[in-house]
Amino acid sequence: MRIVAVTSCIAGIAHTYMAAEALEQSAKKSGYQIDVETQGAAGSSPLSAATIAAADVVIFAADLEVKDKARFAGKPTVTVGVSKALADAPTVIQQAVDLFAATPATPAGTAAAGAAATGSASAGGPELATKVPKGAGIGTRIRQYLMTGVSYMIPFVAAGGLLIALSFIIGGYEIVAVKPADIIGNFNAFSSHDWAGLMFLVGAATFAFLVPVLSGFIAFAIADRPGIAPGIVGGAIALTVGAGFLGGLVSGFVAGFIALGISRIKLPAAFRSLMPVIIIPLLATFATGLIMFVILGAPLKAVSTGLSDWLNSLSGGNLVLLGILLGLMMAFDMGGPVNKVAYAFATTGLASVALDGDPNSVQFKVMAIVMAAGMTPPLGLALATVIRKKLFTLAERENGKAAWILGASFITEGAIPFAAVDPLRVIPSLMIGSGVTGGLVAAFGSTLRAPHGGIWVTPLVGEPLLYLLAILIGTVVTALLVIVAKNIKRAAVQPVDSLEEDYAKETAAVNA
Amino acid sequence: MASSTPLTEAGLVIVDLAAPTKDEATRMLATKLAEAGRVTDLDGFLADVRAREAQMATGLPGGIGIPHARSTHVNVASVAVGVSPAGVDFGAEDGPAHLIFLIAAPDGADQNHLVILAQLARKLVHEDFRQSLRDAGSPAAVAEIVTREVVLP
Repeated sequence: MRIVAVTSCIAGIAHTYMAAEALEQSAKKSGYQIDVETQGAAGSSPLSAATIAAADVVIFAADLEVKDKARFAGKPTVTVGVSKALADAPTVIQQAVDLFAATPATPAGTAAAGAAATGSASAGGPELATKVPKGAGIGTRIRQYLMTGVSYMIPFVAAGGLLIALSFIIGGYEIVAVKPADIIGNFNAFSSHDWAGLMFLVGAATFAFLVPVLSGFIAFAIADRPGIAPGIVGGAIALTVGAGFLGGLVSGFVAGFIALGISRIKLPAAFRSLMPVIIIPLLATFATGLIMFVILGAPLKAVSTGLSDWLNSLSGGNLVLLGILLGLMMAFDMGGPVNKVAYAFATTGLASVALDGDPNSVQFKVMAIVMAAGMTPPLGLALATVIRKKLFTLAERENGKAAWILGASFITEGAIPFAAVDPLRVIPSLMIGSGVTGGLVAAFGSTLRAPHGGIWVTPLVGEPLLYLLAILIGTVVTALLVIVAKNIKRAAVQPVDSLEEDYAKETAAVNA
Repeated sequence: MASSTPLTEAGLVIVDLAAPTKDEATRMLATKLAEAGRVTDLDGFLADVRAREAQMATGLPGGIGIPHARSTHVNVASVAVGVSPAGVDFGAEDGPAHLIFLIAAPDGADQNHLVILAQLARKLVHEDFRQSLRDAGSPAAVAEIVTREVVLP
């Protein structure tokens, strides 16, 4: 963990330096590296660009406007009054650590692209990782549980979806009739039908894991390791009872909280070693299964069927409305929970029909909508940095170059560095651009059989030219709106400053 | 360090400071600065300190108060130190201040002096430094500790 901080106070004589010392002491005590720039009367030795670039998180403990704030653009930032840092430096440091933990990996360049795409960058280590920071609020936690589940599901979606799509390209839609017995022991390496059949069967096997994995890793995020077994089983039962994706979400939460509850039971020491190997798996799995079969199975199946019927009934204007809505969701938080809900809606829909032969299922159109709308935010920003360089900092223009590739690869997260600095102007522009894209794709009736891949999976798109046209229009609309928005109220860049509120409180306290 | 005038001296230290309010305590310390010729206009300087104090109380956790100002009525960067066994309320949340540092910086002070003051501020965060001042006992000892510990980096 590398922290950089800026301290400043009104007179620039005392608090600036005391806060700097307090932050340094506290960070060292916790084993974090910290560099502090004191913007005080004694002059400041500015942090080097390299130090700032290497920092994971920024602390502004400043009562004055931070000088050259743009240097820190795009970094997660904790802003507090200088006296807060002085009085309670450990808490401020902890805030910064928590913020860093809660911040999605920001792709600094294309190297991070793969990790950002799967959303499982944190799974690189030997231990499985969740995205749930300690001490987060309940709303945040629920979103993080969902995102953990979705991020572990995505590799299955990608592998299965692409294999099935390729099998259709090679073998035609009748390939769905292939039976395992046709391949087992009879595989002919010179038959394209056999290759297509093999891909289809492997893809189908992969897709069978979607809901169980989603459910299992939601439960894992809640209960850690004890949640995995009941979660995966709960997801499999959700499929059995016909509750699909929705059932898997619910079973994940049910299994997670049951496992968490059971693992907290205090047992005599003699039985304690049996907890992880026998007691928790047995009780949590059976309880989850009981709830899924007996209590929730029927209602979840009804809701799931209703959703699916509604989707299939959509056509024409209603489908365009859905396209616009999904587009807005994709751009709203660029890889965050709302984006992931829209994406999960599309991929699970894809999963539910990918094994059918009908090339014009609504679910394929939804997938096309979601992918196109997720590509335009980075593409539009990249275009804007080229058209109007002056509106962007040097760092943003560099990010713009990466954003071309990230956008083209359907990594919506590429827009985050821009949105983080200027959310009120950037996010609405991105949302309108993506809404337009989603609506157009729906109107054009393009379809997509792959769950990811951006322009690189264009061969799997139905009506590809119109699809690319929709992306192009959305990109241009996004870029123009960003440029227009960046020109509005340039002078009032700083929204109501929390510092002013702090002052008001402190002054009131002194006068009282 | 080129400066010939130390930040503080025995004549600027009050080891048994007793005052009902922070204004009184500040005035007693400022009087020492004026007597030593480091502050030219006592009331003018106190007005500058109060103006700073009104923006935000300078009482800090750990039992310290640091009334301070950059003022045209200051000749040379100086610190008057008050050790108050009974404590003076400087508006800190965790109780009264037992160590009071009245920091006087000339308007347009040279950089060395401001760096010295910055070093003093950093030292104040450390409990062992504060403890040594509370235990010092005599003005000369307090002045000696400040002069020894607070040097240019």
